[in-house]
Amino acid sequence: MTDAVIAKTGKTALAGSARTRRRHASERRFRMMGLAAVAVGVLALLGLLVSILSNGLSSFRQTYITLEIYLDPAILDKQGNRDPADIAKVTTFGYAPLVEGSLVRMMKDHGIGSEADVDTAVAMISKEAPAILRRYVLADPSRIGETVEFDLLASGRIDGYYKGRVTMASAELDRNTSPEQLQLADEMKDAGILVTRFNWDFFTAPDASDTRPEAAGLGVAILGSAYMMLIVLVLSLPIGVAASIYLEEFAPRNRFTDLIEVNIANLAAVPSIVFGILGLAVFINFVGLPQSAPVVGGLVLTLMTLPTIIIATRAALKAVPPSIRDGALAVGASKMQSVFHHVLPLAMPGILTGTIIGLAQALGETAPLLLIGMVAFVREYPAAPPEGFFDPASALPVQVYNWTQRGDPAFVERASGAIIVLLIFLLLMNLVAVILRRRFERRW
Amino acid sequence: MKKYLGSCAVVALMLATTGAAAARDQIQIAGSSTVLPYASIVAEAFGENFDHPTPVVESGGSGAGRKKLCEGVGENTIDIANSSSRISQSDIDTCKANGVNEIQEVRIGYDGIVFASDINGPEYKFTPADWHAALAAKVVKDGQLVDNPYKTWNEIRADLPEQPILAFIPGTKHGTREVFDEKVIVAGCEENGTMEAQAAANNGDKKAAGKACMQLRTDGVSVDIDGDYTETLARIDANKNGIGVFGLSFYQNNTDKLRVATMSDVAPSVETIASGDYPVSRPLYFYVKNAHLDVIPGLQEYVEFFVSDDMAGPNGPLAEYGLVSDPELAKTQEAVKNRTPMGPLN
Repeated sequence: MTDAVIAKTGKTALAGSARTRRRHASERRFRMMGLAAVAVGVLALLGLLVSILSNGLSSFRQTYITLEIYLDPAILDKQGNRDPADIAKVTTFGYAPLVEGSLVRMMKDHGIGSEADVDTAVAMISKEAPAILRRYVLADPSRIGETVEFDLLASGRIDGYYKGRVTMASAELDRNTSPEQLQLADEMKDAGILVTRFNWDFFTAPDASDTRPEAAGLGVAILGSAYMMLIVLVLSLPIGVAASIYLEEFAPRNRFTDLIEVNIANLAAVPSIVFGILGLAVFINFVGLPQSAPVVGGLVLTLMTLPTIIIATRAALKAVPPSIRDGALAVGASKMQSVFHHVLPLAMPGILTGTIIGLAQALGETAPLLLIGMVAFVREYPAAPPEGFFDPASALPVQVYNWTQRGDPAFVERASGAIIVLLIFLLLMNLVAVILRRRFERRW
Repeated sequence: MKKYLGSCAVVALMLATTGAAAARDQIQIAGSSTVLPYASIVAEAFGENFDHPTPVVESGGSGAGRKKLCEGVGENTIDIANSSSRISQSDIDTCKANGVNEIQEVRIGYDGIVFASDINGPEYKFTPADWHAALAAKVVKDGQLVDNPYKTWNEIRADLPEQPILAFIPGTKHGTREVFDEKVIVAGCEENGTMEAQAAANNGDKKAAGKACMQLRTDGVSVDIDGDYTETLARIDANKNGIGVFGLSFYQNNTDKLRVATMSDVAPSVETIASGDYPVSRPLYFYVKNAHLDVIPGLQEYVEFFVSDDMAGPNGPLAEYGLVSDPELAKTQEAVKNRTPMGPLN
């Protein structure tokens, strides 16, 4: 058959028989099914991403109100001697009138609202504001008497208004805001006092209580997660690699090593909460390590990650051809030299990939942390390592879990924002794994 | 590689040694998720105004918190357990067995339990009897004890809206369920005469009758929610016929999405609950381990700060968030100052 005939009929000689047609049809069907499977996966991912991004992207922006506040000595330092001990006696309740006073002045200066609107306007400012002032004054008591400009957080409802979460219609029914309040906010925005801008505090501020969703941030959670990942990396990589090298290169093949191998494979499939129970019993109750501390979280996650790393490392070691080992041994290297000088460097990309995937898995884990007290409201930053490993801290997935349980709808946005941050971290880690594999992988 | 392994070992060693030396200067609290928002508001203000670090507040449930409290005395055990129900004798016994002898019981206020439906739905005026008739497995109809036949609310009482019955109630692991059973279902059972019929069916056994009253129907009309109020809200969002059981503070944060129902013609609010007119409420507590009071810095201050008028008073931030202030707060303040341990349960 010539090309001309094929072009005319669109068929080859092979297309003729019924059996061939059946085989081709079944292949097409298989391809379609594969494509459908991929499409379902992609759709699910898209749905997830769209819902998280649409809910969460707004958490990276925040509404602020700029106020000039006079740090009145008559309120803050009644004795007039600038004694830090006396100044510390003024609680945040004492600072609230300062914010109120400056707000009233500002409204009068700009002709916003009327006398009757003062209470409504005061509720627009976050309850975090007096605490910010107090911290500022206590840091340097000589500032008392000055007039300082502060960017204060607007309350969660006002912030929600500029993100579309709160509308005039919903404010009508809402006990925590009112259309009048939103009107005032619009006037302040026109006067340039109220702005919505990028929210760095979301990444650095600690968690906040239910009454101040606008102040809640991921600072403590990110630190806690970083500390735990450090501990997991430092402990599980050497232990995992050492165990796999021994099992793969040195251990004799017998019933006992087979048993160990089966057990490691099983451990990789154990539900993570089991490691949490173990952590509570061993690290807290028996060893006496503190509760809610990243060190315990890190140790528990290390146990969880080890099987993953061992399995990946053994696969990487197995992939190095025996001829490399034989060559090293042939020129007189010891078994250990052959492993450390030749096999291990060649297996390194695989090992690192496995480790990073194990770490990424550990980063997203909440269940084991539940039992060791890390699912908690933590506002103090842990200290620098190594002491900080023993201070209470939270973790990224824990923060997501906590925020989804809060009553104020503003926390829904916060939780989705935290998920985005977590996803970015996971994406970066997986990206590093891919790059390492691409750059250093050798094929035989 | 050798050098690398060596440095790892050094770090691991360092970890182990500093652990032994570190002493705890942060208050550790665990327990009820209902008390958690209040405890975190107080913890936050405490951290801001005192020279002590902000306490760590764990959730996990009243029972789990009390169990942790009773694990023993020492720095790696918690100092305070939040609880939405009263401590039980078995908890106290466990405490005693583990050397936790003196516990302070601190009542911080009352929590109202409200019934709310979708904001765009009809208005409801319930009585406990309506709820019993809607959810019980067996009700009295025409003088006979029968399997619950009701499908819509207006079948129970003509002036209720014509809407299918669908209730999202707290699951049995929640402390709220106990209050719901006791103050709504059993109270309603007595109100609509089912209790009498049940007692007669059980040969006058009151206890068995009470138990039978609490049997809820299992045909999908009453849905147990084991998650949080956020889940109940999402369920109502998805099914507009649903009526959910919420805490007062959660409702107050979501008044733009929920319409609250009256109970026996009283609308729930901080005032009606404080006066006792609104029938469905319960006290909230926390329990302090007295042995830790002079060991953990700031613990005594925290406890006093929690029940101070600035925080737990009728105009404090807790009341603003939905906690019903305790009329006997002054007594609590006095007891806390004197570190009065709780006596035997009555």
